[in-house]
Formats: sequence, C-alpha cells, structure tokens
Amino acid sequence: MDMSLFLIQLLNGLQYGVLLFLVAAGLTLVFGIMDFINLAHGSFYMIGAYLCGTITAVTDSFLLGVLLGVPLTALVGYVTERSVIQTLYQRDHLDHVLATFGLILIFDTGVHIIWGAEGMAIPLPAWLETSVPLVGDSQFPTYRIAIIAVGLAVAAGLYFVVNHTKTGMLIRAGASNRRMVEALGVDIRLLFALVFSVGVAIAGASGMMIAPITEARIGMGNDIIIIAFVVIIIGGIGSIKGAFVGALIVGMIDTLGRSYLDQMMKLFMSVDAAETAAPAISAMLVYILMAIVLALRPQGLFPPKTR
Amino acid sequence: MLKTHPIATLAGLGLLLLLALAPLATETLGLAFWLDVINRTIILAIAAVSLNFILGYGGMVSFGHAAFIGLGAYAVGIPAHYDLYSGFLHLLIVVLGCGAFALITGAISLRTKGVHFIMITMAFGQMAYYAFISIEEYGGDDGLVIYARSEFPVLDIEQRLIFYYTCLASLIGALYLVHRMVNSRFGMVIKGAKSNERRMAALGFPAYRYRLAAYVISGMMCGFAGALLGNYTSFISPEMMGWTRSGELIFMVVLGGAGTLFGPLFGVVAFLLIEEVLSGITTYWHIIFGAILVLVVLFAKGGISGLLTAKRSALGKQPAKADPAE
Repeated sequence: MDMSLFLIQLLNGLQYGVLLFLVAAGLTLVFGIMDFINLAHGSFYMIGAYLCGTITAVTDSFLLGVLLGVPLTALVGYVTERSVIQTLYQRDHLDHVLATFGLILIFDTGVHIIWGAEGMAIPLPAWLETSVPLVGDSQFPTYRIAIIAVGLAVAAGLYFVVNHTKTGMLIRAGASNRRMVEALGVDIRLLFALVFSVGVAIAGASGMMIAPITEARIGMGNDIIIIAFVVIIIGGIGSIKGAFVGALIVGMIDTLGRSYLDQMMKLFMSVDAAETAAPAISAMLVYILMAIVLALRPQGLFPPKTR
Repeated sequence: MLKTHPIATLAGLGLLLLLALAPLATETLGLAFWLDVINRTIILAIAAVSLNFILGYGGMVSFGHAAFIGLGAYAVGIPAHYDLYSGFLHLLIVVLGCGAFALITGAISLRTKGVHFIMITMAFGQMAYYAFISIEEYGGDDGLVIYARSEFPVLDIEQRLIFYYTCLASLIGALYLVHRMVNSRFGMVIKGAKSNERRMAALGFPAYRYRLAAYVISGMMCGFAGALLGNYTSFISPEMMGWTRSGELIFMVVLGGAGTLFGPLFGVVAFLLIEEVLSGITTYWHIIFGAILVLVVLFAKGGISGLLTAKRSALGKQPAKADPAE
C-alpha cells in the first residue's frame, strides 16, 4: 500500500471529522440543554457559506468574510431562535422536527431567491492556496491543515468554556436540571438563546471553511446534517466529548472506506463483484457503524450522565 | 388520544366516494391531467396511512418512511430491469424486501425512544438512499425506467382506469386493515404502549415486540404504496427516498390529523392541493409552503381532523412534553 497516499487519506479523514464535529457540536449543545432537535441546523451551515462568499466578493478578503460572516450568521440564528424556536421548547419532538423542516424550506428558498440557484465559488487568498510537503514528494493543501487547526482550536475552546467558566457551569447545570437552574434565578431563556446562537455561529463558520473547497450551494447543509446526526447518535446525544469522538470516527471511516474498501474486498471476492458492491457498501459504512454502536449501546458511546 | 369522530368519518367516506367518481367527473369535464394528480394522491395516501399507523397510533415518529416507498418501487423496477414482469413476483419481493429492511432497522431503532428514534430512522432512510445512488447497475443517481407495468392475470393494470381503481381499492383495503388492527387487541397494546409503556409492561405486554410487529407491517404497507408508485410513474430514482420525502410524508399525516383513521387521507389531499396551487403562483412556492408548515405546527394542533371536530381539540391537546428522564 502506498504509505504517503494513506497518510493523505488519514489527513482528509481528520479534516472531514473536524468539520463534522463543528456542525455536530451546536446540535448536541442545543439538544443537551433544551432537549430540542433542530433539523435546520444545516441551514445555518449553508447561510454562513453564502454570507462569507458575498462579503469575500465585496471586500476581496476571505479573512474579512469569515470575521464578519460569523457574527452575521449568529444574528440570523438569534432571530430565528427568538421568533420561532423558543415557542417550540415545550412541545414534543415531532413538532420540533416538523417546524424546523419548515424552516429548512424557508431558508433554502430564501437563499435561492437572494443568491440564485447556482453555487457560489469562494476564492482563497494566495497564502492559503499553497501546499505543505509530507513524507516523500507528496503534498497536502495548507488550507486543509488550516481547517484541521481551526477545528481543533474550536473544540479546545468549547471544552474550556463548558468545563472551566461560569457560563459553562450554567450550561452544564441547565443540561442536568433546567428547572433548578431557573429556580436559582438564572435567566434560562437568555442562556438558551446564547447557546443556540453560539451553536449557529460554529455551524456557520464550518460552512465558511468548507465553501472554498466545495463552493457554497443550496442543500449543502441538508447533506451534512444527517451525518452530523449519525455522529451525535454514535457519540451520545447531548455530549460534546461524544460528538468529538464520534465525528473523528465517522470522518475517518467514511474517508478511508471510500478509498480502500474496494481494495480490501478484492482480497476475498472477485474483482467484478468488489467493484459493484464496494461503492454501495462504502456509502452505507457510517450507517452500519451507527447500527452496530446502537445495537451494543443504545444510548451512544458517551451518554450524558444526568438528564 | 384523538379518536375518530363521526364527522371526520363521514367526511372521510365522502372523500372516498368522490375519489371513486373522479374518473367519471374528469372524463366529462375534460380534465384528464387531474386524474393523474388524483391517482398520485391515492398512492401517497396509502403510504401516509401506513405511516399514521405507527406514528399516530403507536407514537413511533419514523423519519425514514420514504425509504420504504423507494424500496417498494425498486422491488418493481429491479425485476423489470431483468425483464421479469410477473406482478406476483414483484409483490413477493416488496413484502420480503421491505419486511426484512423494516425488521432489521426496526429491531435496532426501536431499542431507543424519542429523538433517538427519529434520528436513527432518518439515518437508516438515508442509508438506503445513498446505497441506491451508488449502485451503478440500477442507474445510480439517474434512476431506472420501467418499460411495462407489473403483469397480473385478469387484472390488466396497464389500462389507466383499471390501474386507478386498483389503487383506490388498495387504499380502501389499507384503511380497513388499519381500522381493524387499531381496534384489535394488538392495536390496543400499541396505543397503550404509546401512552404509558411502563403500565403496559406491568400488565405483561412486551411493548418492544408489539412495536416491532407494527413497524414491519407499516413498512410492508408503505412498500406496497411504493410498488404502485413505481408502476404509476414508470420512472424511479433514489430521490424518492430522500429524507425530505420522509419529512413531507410526516407533514401529510400531521396536517390531516395523526392518530385518526382518515387523517392521512385529508392530509395528502390538502398537501397536494397546496402544492398545486402554490406552485402555480410562484416558482419560489417552497418558502410559502415552509411558512405554512411552521404555522400549522405552532397553531393548528390535531390537523384537519382536529378542525373538523373542533370541540374535541381542546381535550385532545398534546400533553406537555413527556418526562425527559424517559
């Protein structure tokens, strides 16, 4: 096996995993505290990408696009939370998924109206368009390294905020007993709105980071949201740590499965059969993984301790 | 739990009668196009009825039900791809294929509840979707064309009216089956487990097994609707099982009134009417549609059946969120 190619695939898997974590983190935070399930979370990923693309086009600076795009996306999230979502907290989960499904239709069509049906490419600044040498003469794009670095930094930041700050303490307390926190005089609604907006901001940021590679397009959020669900199911819904571990596992398995499954299957079946079956099975791989995890641990790998 | 109200039953039976007369009406008025729309309505209604059985009566919010529609359609399309057109063979594959898929995914996902169940069924639905997208042999992304409809002795569903009435008879059959099941001991257990699983367990009923049986029945029924849809459109693609399709199916059930016999039928009719009317107004109709969806969830509990029987809706209000410890 070509080792440098394997290394590149490992890094690609890591980059995908980190991206998945950023989307899943907001989902799992919001669920952990509010018991609210948000299908439209992926829409903020998409909106972030489009906002960043527009700002980048106007200011000619990708960095400015991200720096201005993140708070703008958070603002969209805040307005959504105040107008629609806060009335849903006391409803059952069926209402959550239906209403946020409606929001997806609104956001997708809204983007269509504002930016048109075609995707939007986002140019990178020259200093990010370079490559880093790996072992031998193989190379890896600097930008993907940057995504990994930013993602890990956000993960570390989240870990620090949740575990070592007063706000984080309130978040953890809210997750284990919402009513008690309220009774102690904390404005839980404000906390909800804050956590929701932060989750949206992170999702938006991850959309901005991937857009230069894949370009911003309608429906990009709907593709990633399902995988993000798989991630938090595997990790245990409501757990940040679970989301992180789950995202890395899913990112790796998906990437490596797509690259190497056909070769592995050729070892014990005919070449023809392997070439027909491998794409289908590698597409199903993360779901099969989810099924196995659930069969063994229905609550996921790291279920939150108190709910 | 909402019970089927006499007014809703009357409206439902009236609607079925209208559907039975529709070919005559569209023929005389020269609206052949509308018969196609109505035929699609009937097929989707069977799928919605199957979903309502587990969602409305059993409290299992399956967000992957469109997968069964797709699987049912491919159960017709794949044999047809190999020039096998026997209708009984198709039906056998529908029942076995959808039954097996429902049994495996149900056995895993029913071990969980609430949000977990929603997301897991959704993920399994996507799994089927991506699997069919990557099978090149059956057209992958582009889908499959079915050149001839399933062949049955005597019943020639190649003919438009015969196919229409076959679909309608299937819908009535599905409604009758659900009606009988819901009022049987089996259905009582399913409903009982929805409102209080612990009590059912104390009475000695293993809710898991009953739920799984219901899930498999529902999956097969939905697969049957998919087989009809495949025959009807004569073109099938993985797009039929995408998760947004599942979302639409849930919306149809909730719009009509989950947990009522005719609710899904009202829901599908209303859904397709809204779709037809709005898409005639603007190409951006999804934005209005989304807004309607949000408003229905926020303000119209009980759906159309709930509106028909407005007096009950105050009583039938959804209980406050279940104990999060569950």
